[in-house]
Amino acid sequence: MKVDWNTFWPRILEATGQTITMVIFTLIFGAILGLVIGLLLFVTRKGNILENAFIFSLLNIAINIIRPVPFIIFLVTISPFTRAVIGTTIGTWAAIFPMTIVAAFVIARVVENNLVAVDPGIIEAAKAMGASPVQIIVGVLIMEALGPLILGLTFMTVALIDFSAMAGTVGGGGLGDLAMTYGYQRFDGSVMLVTIVVLIILVQIAQFLGNTVSRKFLRR
Amino acid sequence: MIKFESVSKTFLSQKKAVNAVDNVSLSIAKGEIYGVIGFSGAGKSTLLRLVNLLEKPTSGRVVVNDRDVTSIPSRELRQLRRRIGMIFQTFNLFNSRTVYGNIAYPLKLARIPKDQIKARVAELLSFVGLEDKADQYPEQLSGGQKQRVGIARALATSPDILICDEATSALDPETTGEILKLLKRVNEEYKITILLITHEMHVIRSICDRVAVMENGRVIEEGQVFDIFANPQKQTTRNFISSVQNDKLSPKLLETLKKSHKGRLYRIVFRGGATSEPILSQTARKYNADFNIIYGSINELQGQLFGSLIVEFPERTPQLEPLIHELSQNVEVREVIDHES
Ligand SMILES: Nc1ncnc2c1ncn2[C@@H]1O[C@H](COP(=O)(O)OP(=O)(O)O)[C@@H](O)[C@H]1O
Ligand SMILES: [Mg+2]
Repeated sequence: MKVDWNTFWPRILEATGQTITMVIFTLIFGAILGLVIGLLLFVTRKGNILENAFIFSLLNIAINIIRPVPFIIFLVTISPFTRAVIGTTIGTWAAIFPMTIVAAFVIARVVENNLVAVDPGIIEAAKAMGASPVQIIVGVLIMEALGPLILGLTFMTVALIDFSAMAGTVGGGGLGDLAMTYGYQRFDGSVMLVTIVVLIILVQIAQFLGNTVSRKFLRR
Repeated sequence: MIKFESVSKTFLSQKKAVNAVDNVSLSIAKGEIYGVIGFSGAGKSTLLRLVNLLEKPTSGRVVVNDRDVTSIPSRELRQLRRRIGMIFQTFNLFNSRTVYGNIAYPLKLARIPKDQIKARVAELLSFVGLEDKADQYPEQLSGGQKQRVGIARALATSPDILICDEATSALDPETTGEILKLLKRVNEEYKITILLITHEMHVIRSICDRVAVMENGRVIEEGQVFDIFANPQKQTTRNFISSVQNDKLSPKLLETLKKSHKGRLYRIVFRGGATSEPILSQTARKYNADFNIIYGSINELQGQLFGSLIVEFPERTPQLEPLIHELSQNVEVREVIDHES
C-alpha cells in the first residue's frame, strides 16, 4: 500500500502538535502535583519538620505501587477513572490524565531525593538566621535543589514523549498513534522512519533545553 | 549575656541514651570572647546549638540577653535568632546564591528594604575584605573566602552574639590566622560577644579571654585563659596546653634524660611576675643546693610571659623537701614522673 504524501505531512504536523500538547500539559500538571507530593514526602520523613509516619508511608507505598507498573497496563487499568474524571477514554485529554498521575509520582520521588540530598548544614544555617519552615522550603530547599530538579524534570520529559506514544495507541492521537496506524498496521516503513526521526528530534530538543537551564542552577 | 544553668542534653539514639551535655553551668559576659575546647564528641557543638535552640535542653535553663530561650514561642524565637549570628566549620553557604545573595538573605528574612540591604551588604563586604566578590558563587571561592562570607552573613542583622562552631577547623594555618584576626575585629569593632568552640588550643590562645574545657559532656575546668595555661588542674587540659606549648617531653627524650640524670626531676612553671625574679636560684642558694636545668620553654600568653623548666636536683640534696616546699610557695612545682608530667 502506498502512502499519499500530500495528506501525510499535515498529519505528521498534527500528530507532532498532539504529542507536544500531551507532554507539556502532563509536565505542567505532573510537576505541580509531583512537587506537592514530593515536598509532603520530604517534610513528613522521620526527623523532619512535619514528621508523620502515616502520611509518609501512604505516599511512599503509592509511589512504589505506581512506578513499577508498565505504563500501557496502568493506562488500561485506570481507564474507568479516566472516564469518570475526563468523561471519555479517547482523545488527547484522556491520555493526559493517566500520564499526569504517573508523572506526578515519579516527579515526587525525584523531588524527595533531591531535597534529601541538600546539605542539612545549609538548612540549619537558615534556621539559625530565623527562617520559618515555609521560608526554608521555598527559599532554601527548592533553590538549592533546583539544578538537579530540572535535570530530573528533563528526564521525565523524555520519558513522557515515550509514554505519549503508548497513550496514543489507545486513542490519544499523536506520533505514536500515527506510527502504529500507518507504519505498523499497514507495514509502511517510511512512515515509521519519519515518526521516529521526529520523536528523536523532540527528545534532543527537550534534553538540550533541560541541560542548558539546569546548568544555570547547578552550583556546588 | 549567655548563661547556662545546670543544662543537660540527652540524645536517644538506637535506644541508648547519650549525655551529650551533662549538667553544665557557664556564664559568658557581654563583650568577651569565650572559648570551649574539647576533643571530638565532647559535646561542644551540642552546647553551642543550645544557645539558639537548634537543640532543646533536656533539663536546665539557657538564658540569652536575660531571656530564658527554652520558653520562648517560635515566632519570638525567630526574632531572637536574628540577634545571634552563627558560623560553621563547613561554612554552610547557600550554593544557589551569590556572595551578595548569601549576605542579603538574613536581611530579606528581616524584611529590610532593598536599598538598605544593598548598603548593608556593601558595608559588610568591605569589612571582611571581599568587595570584588559580590557576584561570585560560593563554589568559586577558597575556604578562607567562604568563611569570610559566612562571617559577613552572620553579622548582617547586627547581632549581639556570634557563635562559632569550629570556624577555622577546615582551614590551613595561615588562613586560620586571618579568620581569627577577623573574629577579633568583630569583637572589638562591633562589640559583639563571641562564643566559640574548637578542638585546637592555639585558637583559644590566640583570641579567647576565657576558656572552658569539656570532656564527656561536662565542663571539667574553666577560667581565664592565662590562668588555665599557667595552672591547669586536669590531665586533659594539660594535654591541650602542651599541644601548643611544646614543653612536654617525648617518652623517648625522658628516657634518655633519666639515664644521664640520676637526680630527681621537677617541672617548674613560672608565670607573669614570677618570670622576672630569680626565684629558683635564690631558693636553691638558701638551701645550699645545686640544680641543673635540663629542658625549658618560654611562651608569651596574652601579653605575659610564661615559662616552663625541667630542673634536676641531685639525689643527695640534703634539704630537698623543704626546698621544694618553699619553691612551690612562689611558682608551680611538679615532680616529673612520666612523660605526661
Ligand atoms: N542529633 C544527635 N543524635 C544523637 N546523638 C547525638 C546527636 N548530636 C550529637 N550526638 C552525640 O552527642 C555527643 C556529643 O556530640 P557533639 O556535641 O557533636 O560533640 P563535639 O562537637 O564536641 O564533637 C556525641 O557522642 C554525639 O554522637
Ligand atoms: Mg562538633
